[in-house]
Amino acid sequence: MSTRGSDREGTSAALEVPYRERERSITLEQMERPVEGTERPRPAEDAGVDTELFTINMGPHHPATHGVLRLMLTLQGEVVRELVPIIGYVHTGIEKSCEDQSYWKVIPFVERMDYLSYYFNAQAYCMAVEKLLDEEVPKRAQYLRVIHMELNRIASHLFWLGTSALDLGAISMLWYSLRDRDMFLDLFESSSGQRLHTRYFQVGGVIEDIPPGWDDRCRRVMHQMSSRIDQYESLLDRNEIFLQRMKNVGIVSQEEMLALGVTGPLLRATGHPWDLRKAMPYSSYEDFEFRIPVGTVGDNYDRYRVRMAEMRESMRIVEQALDGLPEGPWVTANRKVALPPRHELATSMEALIHHFKLVTEGFRVPPGEVYMPIESPRGELGCYVLADGSSKPARVHMRDPSFVNLQSLEPMAKDALLADLIVCIAMLDPILGGIDR
Amino acid sequence: MIDATGLELIAQQVRDGVDDAAVVSATYAFGDAMLEIAPTAVHPVLEFLARDADEPFDFLSSVHGVDYFPDEPRLSVHYQLLSMGRQERIGVKVRMRLEEASVSTVTDLFPTASFQEREIFDFFGVRFDGHPDLRRTHMPEDYVGHPLRRDFPIGGEPVMFTFNEVKMPRWYQGRTHSNGGMEGHSGEYKG
Repeated sequence: MSTRGSDREGTSAALEVPYRERERSITLEQMERPVEGTERPRPAEDAGVDTELFTINMGPHHPATHGVLRLMLTLQGEVVRELVPIIGYVHTGIEKSCEDQSYWKVIPFVERMDYLSYYFNAQAYCMAVEKLLDEEVPKRAQYLRVIHMELNRIASHLFWLGTSALDLGAISMLWYSLRDRDMFLDLFESSSGQRLHTRYFQVGGVIEDIPPGWDDRCRRVMHQMSSRIDQYESLLDRNEIFLQRMKNVGIVSQEEMLALGVTGPLLRATGHPWDLRKAMPYSSYEDFEFRIPVGTVGDNYDRYRVRMAEMRESMRIVEQALDGLPEGPWVTANRKVALPPRHELATSMEALIHHFKLVTEGFRVPPGEVYMPIESPRGELGCYVLADGSSKPARVHMRDPSFVNLQSLEPMAKDALLADLIVCIAMLDPILGGIDR
Repeated sequence: MIDATGLELIAQQVRDGVDDAAVVSATYAFGDAMLEIAPTAVHPVLEFLARDADEPFDFLSSVHGVDYFPDEPRLSVHYQLLSMGRQERIGVKVRMRLEEASVSTVTDLFPTASFQEREIFDFFGVRFDGHPDLRRTHMPEDYVGHPLRRDFPIGGEPVMFTFNEVKMPRWYQGRTHSNGGMEGHSGEYKG
């Protein structure tokens, strides 16, 4: 290791220890909180059975880790004594690749970071670029963005619900919620042509208006969903096994959550009503009436209730946005940023030039840097864009909520049973594509 | 939200409360307030802003690294502070030269910085003095170089397969040291 390039020189002493040698178990002397009840006297032949610590790898290919998350666990019997998340298994260098694309070509890249909430990634990035360009987004485009983001929030929460219930052994929930998620993907396919990674948002608005009849379809889905959520709650809320495994498990205090930078449903479950849609409204969220669901205890049950309530609130927002959807353009009229309509290409020389310039070089963005946070299904999704005046961004960074929230897994699951760790991961709702980027 | 005058007031507070030389500049652009501070003043300034300022910013929402290449000093670390009570944000950034790329950690003030500082160390090679567990997050632990630096090539890394392994004997040992954290990756494939 020591001869491995000069890069290692000058690192702190901790780094000089080879990585593999730091992967060792903690000793009993280092334990802070012994397990309750293990002090009771035991037969002599059993002594030492549950005091032995051993290190075990959970993942990266473990179905309950919701992706390629590797957890290095130190177990004492079935109790988790230490937990180290090891990530990077799906690191694909998206942030680096973005620096080599013109601004409008970056959108499909960022959509693939958090692959369950692609509309949000695109929104954060587009808003950052719009801020740099000082570009106004038409009202209709803002409403269409809100509608699609809230549909995406429900779809993302449905996926979370199905996989979380699956981790608890409720397999039918997976089929039910994925069946309903399909309705949302059908809507996305209808409005943009793609089911996943739609690239519907673009700088200055959205790529296309919704097709005729789309809003009626969307209303029907909303109507259907409201009774479906009731069904899910009646399936889960009176399930004694489900409740016992959720209630009072994985409690983390609000202060600790805030210190760990946790946002989104996890923070709201502790009773902190922090939601960027309300606190710092963007994209016309101030036009809609909705509530912020909060929990009281901050356990896994609260996290479940908060997300279920959030789905209902998202449905309210979608219905209000469909009712109030203003007429008008769905993309900015600035031809330097958005492509001209197709029909103009045949008649207008200027439109042809703009089209050619946009497709070949892309638009240039004046130098500057912005950090643009929005509320994704998992918390604060911030997009930092550094522009150097060329047609390619000098840096695109996503502050992904999954990445930051992952740090709260240790306080959640420490000194809990291994089975509770599975529930905690499920309630954390990490998306490894967003963590690793 | 903070306006340009508010930012000046905060900058003056920091100068009075911490050190006159702590604040390098205060820029207000695109509706965002950004304070540039000296690399040595990171910990005291963030501690002041989080605790002692008249209007404290108690939540660290993001830490990220930036490479301003070809400008100097090129490496930078940005801290995005937030006050949930007042719904205000302020950015704090430090810039440093490649040779002295290290700042003190803020994990004792904000435990949330732990993963993000590790990520910056991984991608930019900025060292965070006093970080309890400064390891790479995303890249393999034996990786050489810092891929998000601007002079690190895209796609310059040959992919090793069984059929071409014999053509590049001992490829894993890296090559000569060059600047820019690109050591080990000459960017060309000599078949």
